[in-house]
Amino acid sequence: MIKEDTQSTKTGSGPDLQRKAAMALLAQATAPEIAAFWAGWGDKPEVETLRGPETGLVMLRGRIGGAGAPFNLGEATVTRATVRLGNGAVGHAYALGRHREKVRLAAVFDALWQQPECREAVEEVVLAPIADRLERNRTLKHAETAATKVDFFTMVRGDD
Amino acid sequence: MYVAVKGGEAAIRNAHKLLADRRRGDRDVAPIQLDQIVEQMSLAVDRVMAEGSLYDPELAALAIKQARGDLIEAIFLVRAYRTTLPRFGYTKALETAQMQIERRISATFKDLPGGQLLGPTFDYTHRLLDPELAEDAPIEAPDQREEPEVFTPRVTDILGHDGMIEEDGELPEGAVAGDLTREPLTFPLERDLRLQALARGDEGFLLGLAYSTQRGYARSHPFVGEIRIGEVEIELDVAELDFPLTLGTIRVTECQMVNQFKGSAKQPPQFTRGYGLVFGQSERKAMSMSLCDRALRARELGEDITATAQDEEFVISHSDNVQSTGFVEHLKLPHYVDFQAELDLIRRMRAEHEHNRLAGVETKEAAE
Repeated sequence: MIKEDTQSTKTGSGPDLQRKAAMALLAQATAPEIAAFWAGWGDKPEVETLRGPETGLVMLRGRIGGAGAPFNLGEATVTRATVRLGNGAVGHAYALGRHREKVRLAAVFDALWQQPECREAVEEVVLAPIADRLERNRTLKHAETAATKVDFFTMVRGDD
Repeated sequence: MYVAVKGGEAAIRNAHKLLADRRRGDRDVAPIQLDQIVEQMSLAVDRVMAEGSLYDPELAALAIKQARGDLIEAIFLVRAYRTTLPRFGYTKALETAQMQIERRISATFKDLPGGQLLGPTFDYTHRLLDPELAEDAPIEAPDQREEPEVFTPRVTDILGHDGMIEEDGELPEGAVAGDLTREPLTFPLERDLRLQALARGDEGFLLGLAYSTQRGYARSHPFVGEIRIGEVEIELDVAELDFPLTLGTIRVTECQMVNQFKGSAKQPPQFTRGYGLVFGQSERKAMSMSLCDRALRARELGEDITATAQDEEFVISHSDNVQSTGFVEHLKLPHYVDFQAELDLIRRMRAEHEHNRLAGVETKEAAE
């Protein structure tokens, strides 16, 4: 198993949650989107690929009745990659689908995000646009679904 | 004596070449692109993902294209593909209560938190063919409505508080969810394995069985407590990190069927439930699954097992369309030797039959 870099957090608290959020956004980047971010990234570090990018399966689980005991619902394709930057920082990425280059770049940005001197740039240039797009989609879908909400009304009765 | 023969190599090669040609069809017609299948044949893609038991829209689209639109063949292709990949692990159970909802209806409660959201449904259409779709007419953007985003609880959670309805299904303490892709099935099954089999089961087969329960075979007085369709997040624990990773989102359809139950020695009268959860937007399948799930709980609920839909071994053994098609379709492969043997057998039996008949006539004559 790959040794985690020392600055990676092992506490399960705030920094973990921040990195979890960052990695969630990277997983949901589109392949062209993340390729464009990488193309525009100045001062590219040396990148060594430690694992993958490789595609495999995860078994997705549901719950009986919605919230009961887990059961195995079916599988999904997942691609993962682990990279090491020139300065030794290690980045991981996992995402649904089979976009290998996307996931490799996501691992690079995960490694960069862990560098205090790069984090702000990653958040501004990479994560914020992904988050904006996801939020716009979410709001749009919500509004479109809300327009199909049934408004019940009582017919006026003519018996008074 | 067994004589191995071979042949037909050239015929097979040419048949596959012909297949490729017929698949492509008239070269003056533009070839269909995978993104067109994903976007415009999305419910076919969903069915292939659900019954192929593999969530990957582009792969399902490729399978549909390769199978010339034969969805069971496409499902077969997807199942074969998955055997080539390593398994990275089991995800955390997805939380349908946290779904970003695209459709949510209840046939049991009119007013519920979050409301009745029709979403992109065929319901209430007149099922009249639309000639305009044959042309490339522009499609209007959907309407939008400003609504605060509220938590939309599952209907069964709302009903559950006063014991009028049974709780979500639990397995015995310490039980690990069975996985039929890892272990061969042995009957009787627990509900977790049945649900896994039903989730990948053939829509048509389950639909027919579900219909049979409504027509009086294992009657269970069902109501749709809730159907919801939308996207849920997938999380995975991995060895190299201390927190679960979000892998992205998938679309699922969930059906909570609510059924009357007159009670038994063990349980008071209450509503029981059948559960359906299916990849993609697949309401008919989710409803059929929940009806079959409920019927198959007969043993657990102490009901008489009188109908096919309650017969676990029958239903689960025949619900997988890849298995079914494999065994049915293998009949068309050469059985020359088997048939020759049967032919010999029939000849011998006929000779014996004739011999006995003549012998019978003789004895009869002798007796007279």
